[in-house]
Amino acid sequence: MLQVISLLLENKPGALLRVTGLLSARGYNIESLTVARTLDPTLSRMSIVVDVDATLRAQVIKQMNKLVNVLQAIDLTDVPAVARELLLLRVRAPLEHRTAILKEAEIFGARVVDSSAEGVALEATGDSEKVEEFIDVMRAYGEIDVTRSGLVAASLEHKKLKLSPPVQKPEPATVK
Amino acid sequence: MPVQTAPLLSGALMLLECLVREGVDCIFGYPGGVTLPLYDALYDHPIRHVLVRHEQNACFAAEGYARSTGRVGVCCATSGPGATNLVTGLVDALMDSIPVVALTGQVSSKLIGSDAFQEADTFGITRSCTKHNFLIKSLADLPQVLHEAFYLAASGRPGPVLVDIPKDIFQAQGHYTPVNSIHLPGYKVYTEGHTGQIRRAAQMMWEAERPFVYAGGGIIHGEASEELRQLVELLDAPAVCTLMGLGALPSTHPNFISMPGMHGSYAANMGMTHADLLIAIGVRFDDRVTGRLAAFAPHAEVIHVDIDPAEIGKNRTPELPIVGDARRVIAKMNKFLLETRDEMQPRNAAARRAWWGQVNGWKEEHPLTPEFSDDEIKPQHLMAEIDRISNGEAIVSSDVGQHQMWAAQFIRFNKPRLWLNSGGLGSMGFGLPAAVGAQFANPDKLVFAIVGDGGFQMSVPELATIANHGLPVKIIVSNNGYLGMVRQWQELFYNNRLSAVTLDGFPDAEKLAGAYGFKGRTIEHPRDLRAALEAAVAEPGPYLLNVRVSPYENVYPMVPSGGAIYEMVLRPPEPVEASR
Ligand SMILES: Cc1ncc(C[n+]2csc(CCOP(=O)(O)OP(=O)(O)O)c2C)c(N)n1
Ligand SMILES: [Mg+2]
Repeated sequence: MLQVISLLLENKPGALLRVTGLLSARGYNIESLTVARTLDPTLSRMSIVVDVDATLRAQVIKQMNKLVNVLQAIDLTDVPAVARELLLLRVRAPLEHRTAILKEAEIFGARVVDSSAEGVALEATGDSEKVEEFIDVMRAYGEIDVTRSGLVAASLEHKKLKLSPPVQKPEPATVK
Repeated sequence: MPVQTAPLLSGALMLLECLVREGVDCIFGYPGGVTLPLYDALYDHPIRHVLVRHEQNACFAAEGYARSTGRVGVCCATSGPGATNLVTGLVDALMDSIPVVALTGQVSSKLIGSDAFQEADTFGITRSCTKHNFLIKSLADLPQVLHEAFYLAASGRPGPVLVDIPKDIFQAQGHYTPVNSIHLPGYKVYTEGHTGQIRRAAQMMWEAERPFVYAGGGIIHGEASEELRQLVELLDAPAVCTLMGLGALPSTHPNFISMPGMHGSYAANMGMTHADLLIAIGVRFDDRVTGRLAAFAPHAEVIHVDIDPAEIGKNRTPELPIVGDARRVIAKMNKFLLETRDEMQPRNAAARRAWWGQVNGWKEEHPLTPEFSDDEIKPQHLMAEIDRISNGEAIVSSDVGQHQMWAAQFIRFNKPRLWLNSGGLGSMGFGLPAAVGAQFANPDKLVFAIVGDGGFQMSVPELATIANHGLPVKIIVSNNGYLGMVRQWQELFYNNRLSAVTLDGFPDAEKLAGAYGFKGRTIEHPRDLRAALEAAVAEPGPYLLNVRVSPYENVYPMVPSGGAIYEMVLRPPEPVEASR
């Protein structure tokens, strides 16, 4: 089952690998992953869609929260959230189809980003279903080329970010 | 502007300065090209460096040091092959939650990514082998990172942390700025435990008719043995300690049943199976303990206390989870138990008596008793004799295999941190180097390394370390001529087709030890066993005692893999002659 995870993590080398490694070590396939820095440039926000057995979803979140570089991992699968994808689509179509293509684009709220003798490049956003529908529709007009951003998801609920405060040194270097 | 008064230090010296501030007195390592500057700094530095003979053993020795003291163990290796040799030890420490800091040299910053001589992606390779790892990119980061590494290794659920340091950082000059605080906003350490939950737990404990305590390595890591003893006594519940938890409750404690699981005792496994309340503390419901999970403790409600929230519900969903530090949580539990004792204790008194009757019945029905023979040394007999000498007080570092299980079954541990073994990873080659680390940390204690004839030969290089330092480790080889544990499975589950398990060619122990300059001996008759062990222990220096034990002895009880723990095979079905 597809799980949508939103992560807030430190923008440090290797942090991304820790997250993806955790999933690949368990044999989970990542469907999509997006990452970019936040308002605070030392942090990144990541959205992951991953195929995980429903009974293991909570465990995955806990394991992610255990990563030192991860400040917060939230399961967005069943909570109020918005999820969007960006689609860049090029369709190779003869001139006589252009009007129809532009009409369809309008229906889907897509924008033309380039146009040439060979065809049109379009940009669309929406949830994954809508993006897929648009792709299907465009297929009818000619050969298409598709680049998808993967899902970017944000919770609609505010979840308090719990951060660990600094710990004073020197602490004796013993367990506990 | 603050006046810079601290002297200029090389990165290597700065690193040693950090180690001193972390209370490190001893590191286990092996030098190489990129760590030359570090070793040059060590040349006249008060920190003791122990040259092991293989980097894997540096990590195992650091673990032995850590497991036997609770302090962070430190190991060190050069780039490339040095670092890759550490990997097994790191995973071992990760699986058993042992605080280790591993320092590795890396090729110079400019060369990283160029396939330079002895370059390996240590940071990438060890990511999944450590609790956390670091690659230092500038000297200015070094003190902060080093102190973070120690903090991470020792706090919360302990584990190994690796710091990869390029050669140019060792050589660069800078000022050591003391690190006064560690700030890792994403690293959560849960200590207190939810008071309401703990109060509920106490209530459940009183209400239970058949409570059973399942205590693990977390008790030892959390220094919670005393609190555990109080809990067990307050509740007067039977208790088992897992392979990792042996010594958490004294083996001689009247409430101590034994070890549960695949080679656990009948009473331990039946107790788990029939309990109506399982009080699980610092355990992870490992498959070697639970057997078939769906049939594990089928009648029990579970209270699960662990410092790692990810352990809660990982294998078994508890009725009552408590995330927190074992010592603090149990102390609070005990307080609540005590407050309500007068009111609650009498309610279930009769049921509790009946429960003890049942548990004691199982103990009597199928006790764990060593095998003896007049003409060959049974491995169980060997362990019973080591137990007699140790009397619950010696450090016993075991390797992996049948001897490990017999040692766990028959040697008593009356304190924590005496029993050292590779529990989670089950890594052969652990026992001897871990004993080296433990002996360095505990120079005045009696340390046994109990190893199989297979695992011993994985650790032979460390005989030189032992000889070099005159370490009085008592190496006891439980020599059955086989990779015994594998042979056992081949006998039981593969029609006794013994494939690649004979270990013919074992060296003459006396000559081998003699070649290293210490004493060794081989014995094969039971009448020699006691005196030979006593002589080994009486020897002020190292001793290698090679004990020829019955080749075809199998470890029982045994839960066949995939079986429920109450489906134990208690003894061999019928004598089987193995074909060579
Ligand atoms: C590094 C490593 N390789 C392989 C194994 C698989 N293994 C588990 S027990 C065992 C046999 C150990 O033989 P020995 O050291 O003679 O001990 P015994 O079982 O005979 O007491 C083997 C090969 C392992 N645990 N670790
Ligand atoms: Mg053997």
